[in-house]
Amino acid sequence: MQKENVAKFLLACLLMFVSISSQAFTAKEPQEGEDAKVNTKEEIKAYIDHHLQDSYYVNFFSDAETGAHYGFPLPVILWDDGLKIFSSGKFHHGENVVEVDGQHYRLYHSHIYKTDAEGTIHYNENGFPSNERPWDFSITKNVLTMILVALFMLILFRQLAKTYKNRPIPKKFGRVLEPLVLYVRDEIAKPNIGKNYRKYTSFLLTVFFFIWILNLLGMTPLGVNVTGNIAVTFALALVTFIIVQFSGNKDYWKHIFWMPGVPVPMKIILAPIEVLGMFTKPFALMIRLFANMTAGHVVVMTLLGLIVVFQNWIAGPSFFGFTIFISIIELLVAFLQAYIFTLLSALYIGMAVEEHDDHHPADNEDIPVI
Amino acid sequence: MEEALNLDLIGAGLIIIGAGIGLGKIGGAAMEGIARQPEAAGKIQTAMIIIAALLEGVAFAALFAV
Repeated sequence: MQKENVAKFLLACLLMFVSISSQAFTAKEPQEGEDAKVNTKEEIKAYIDHHLQDSYYVNFFSDAETGAHYGFPLPVILWDDGLKIFSSGKFHHGENVVEVDGQHYRLYHSHIYKTDAEGTIHYNENGFPSNERPWDFSITKNVLTMILVALFMLILFRQLAKTYKNRPIPKKFGRVLEPLVLYVRDEIAKPNIGKNYRKYTSFLLTVFFFIWILNLLGMTPLGVNVTGNIAVTFALALVTFIIVQFSGNKDYWKHIFWMPGVPVPMKIILAPIEVLGMFTKPFALMIRLFANMTAGHVVVMTLLGLIVVFQNWIAGPSFFGFTIFISIIELLVAFLQAYIFTLLSALYIGMAVEEHDDHHPADNEDIPVI
Repeated sequence: MEEALNLDLIGAGLIIIGAGIGLGKIGGAAMEGIARQPEAAGKIQTAMIIIAALLEGVAFAALFAV
């Protein structure tokens, strides 16, 4: 038993080492001299920025010396007076201008711009490209990851659901999932939503597992940063917003626009604040998940970058240790953020469906004032 | 070093100090509550996490406003 645990621990350490080192080695080796040090910092910054962004390629690793990238291109789907579909491999990582039906497109700093045949980028006074950008519906790395995670979850939970038809306890991996599902139902949905919790449990479960799996994928050497993308968190928060507004009962709207038990002048002042509150809640959900995941990725990558900056025998191992420490904390944060997103969604839904009748003892003389 | 006098950054720093104090108070109060009533630990923890998350939202909003 003891030996087994030690072996498991060593295996976990090895996996962590492999995942961390494969991220670190992609940073370029610096040149000699003082100038090279500045370049290294710039390079690390660019590397971190690149990691945080979405990409039109799935890039497993790059060879800095030969400039070769190992990965595969993804389809680019543009809407620009008609649908235009081509492979992102045609861009050759931003080196080539792609021509489709007489229109020219160029990949510049991970964004697609419309250009002329030479691929000229015009800049405005702030130094940002002012070229027109087509509507972009491309299957990017983040979109691909989300599709795969959605399929993975569909298969996983369909199987779990199927096993309940024949036997009361699940088999195999379902035994890991069942306590989590029950946890979301009994600890998040039931106490916060109230008697109609069954209607919303499916949404909460989906959101919980979707965010959690994506957060965990962010910690793997695949280098995906889906939940650290504000567009993704915006969409997730938007779903919560829509569900809250559509499940809001009479009391919910009454408490926003004409709250009982408040003097009329105060009602007029409070109503706009309450309406604003409708939007700040999902906004906070969006910012919280995005900022937490982005911050986590930046911290891990910066610590790895420091190894490359210092390059000596004291800093290397100590920052390596720090990176492992932060990575373990990030595993906790990955769960915590999924939990918090689900919990707050449940709370907001609970606020919208709550029956408010018994909350105003002054209106009802039967209830004694404690 | 003109950037050192950037008032935005000082404001963000102040907000983060405030958020830090707030988080400390939440954590301290939760610890006290759990010590007094260990059987209520679960409920106290949930409430603590909710408030900590709301406070964190404010701190992040400050960071992103910079």
